[in-house]
Amino acid sequence: MTATPNMEFVNDIIANGGESVNMCFQCGTCTASCPSGRMTSFRTRRLVRMAQLGMKDETLNSDELWFCTTCYSCTERCPRDVAIVDIIVAMRNLAVASGKMYEGHKKTAQSLIKNGHTVPINDEVKAQRKALGLPEVPPTVLASKDAKKDFDKIMKATGFKKIIGE
Amino acid sequence: MAKAKYAFFLGCIAPLRYPGIEKSTRDVCAALGIDLVDFNDASCCPAPGVIRSFDRKTWVAAAARNLALAEKAGVDILTICNGCYGSLFDAAHELHEDAELLKEVNTILAEIGLEYKGGTTVRHFAEVIYNDVGMDKVKKAIKNPLDLKVATFYGCHFLKPSDIKQLDDPENPSMLDKMVEATGATSMYRKDKMMCCGAGGGLRSEFSDFAMKFTEENLKNMKDGGAEVIVDICPFCHLQFDRGQKELKGYSMPVLHLSQLYALALGMDKKELGLDAHLTPVKL
Repeated sequence: MTATPNMEFVNDIIANGGESVNMCFQCGTCTASCPSGRMTSFRTRRLVRMAQLGMKDETLNSDELWFCTTCYSCTERCPRDVAIVDIIVAMRNLAVASGKMYEGHKKTAQSLIKNGHTVPINDEVKAQRKALGLPEVPPTVLASKDAKKDFDKIMKATGFKKIIGE
Repeated sequence: MAKAKYAFFLGCIAPLRYPGIEKSTRDVCAALGIDLVDFNDASCCPAPGVIRSFDRKTWVAAAARNLALAEKAGVDILTICNGCYGSLFDAAHELHEDAELLKEVNTILAEIGLEYKGGTTVRHFAEVIYNDVGMDKVKKAIKNPLDLKVATFYGCHFLKPSDIKQLDDPENPSMLDKMVEATGATSMYRKDKMMCCGAGGGLRSEFSDFAMKFTEENLKNMKDGGAEVIVDICPFCHLQFDRGQKELKGYSMPVLHLSQLYALALGMDKKELGLDAHLTPVKL
């Protein structure tokens, strides 16, 4: 396989919050500390190296980019203070911006837009809340049309709908 | 010292899937002298593992709206979820450190007549109990001492990133164990105690088979360590263990949020804990 390096990629990562990407010297403490790496094909060190080498298409299109739970074990142990989770988040942002979005993730994002919450309310939980003496609908954006309108304006201003491909 | 007042930030999973956590938190705070006010009009934090992964700007702007609402009301924020704590604490930190980002976010907030000045402190229920109420006061308030063998589950975003959270040793913490043991329960040792539950970062919503591998390994270690109940401080970890055990075979370990454990120990009626929302039966 021949990779076509994109040397702008590192700068894109840096501009999106992954400032420390070039600090990595490939010791592998991250991979050794990663719980996901024990169960999946995700290798943290490899992903960071691919980023440094400008392997944009290979990283942004890889499933492995999404196997990190953001547990921060790598960040805690990195001897170079590389903010690895921030680098992964930066690459994920770039992947989503390039149109790569999984269905399950899109559903969560759609729920945020629709409800202001990542999960919707339902009749079962309304009944449970009532039985506990809590208001059926919690006093969040779910209970206020004006608050939801404000929330919608924030979403509109950041262009979130468009970003997730809606 | 003036008594602190907190806006009770509900988040999503607690009020909409495990309302007993919300109810227990309200009752426990009232009993321990933590003054909660309703946090009206808040949205999702938004979730750090998913929404931040999709678009950092949307994440920080929506978080800033929540932070600004609390600031306007003149109160600090109390969360009961590591995800909410992670998002709101980390966003507040970023906005505090990065004047340019704060300016950019305030341009967006101006559209809804809000401004965030950077003055909101974000706290987690567990550390407020540990640091502000203190274990001496908790021990004196226990009415129903609990004889339970507990697997404590810290989750990830409570202590980490530890350079900004600065609550406890992220590799070998003791805060939650001490809080659990204050009720009379015993915190059981286990292998790989600080391993993630598997739900975060969008794994549960898209790659649930992998998420379940994390969950199963944790459950195995808990069982091998002799625990009979899980005590968490995050409704998302809570959901992952509670619902996950229904999918896995061979496990039926009740899952309690710290607020529910404390409600029980402080003598509140079991009916008030909202245990009927749990899929793994809680028989204590």
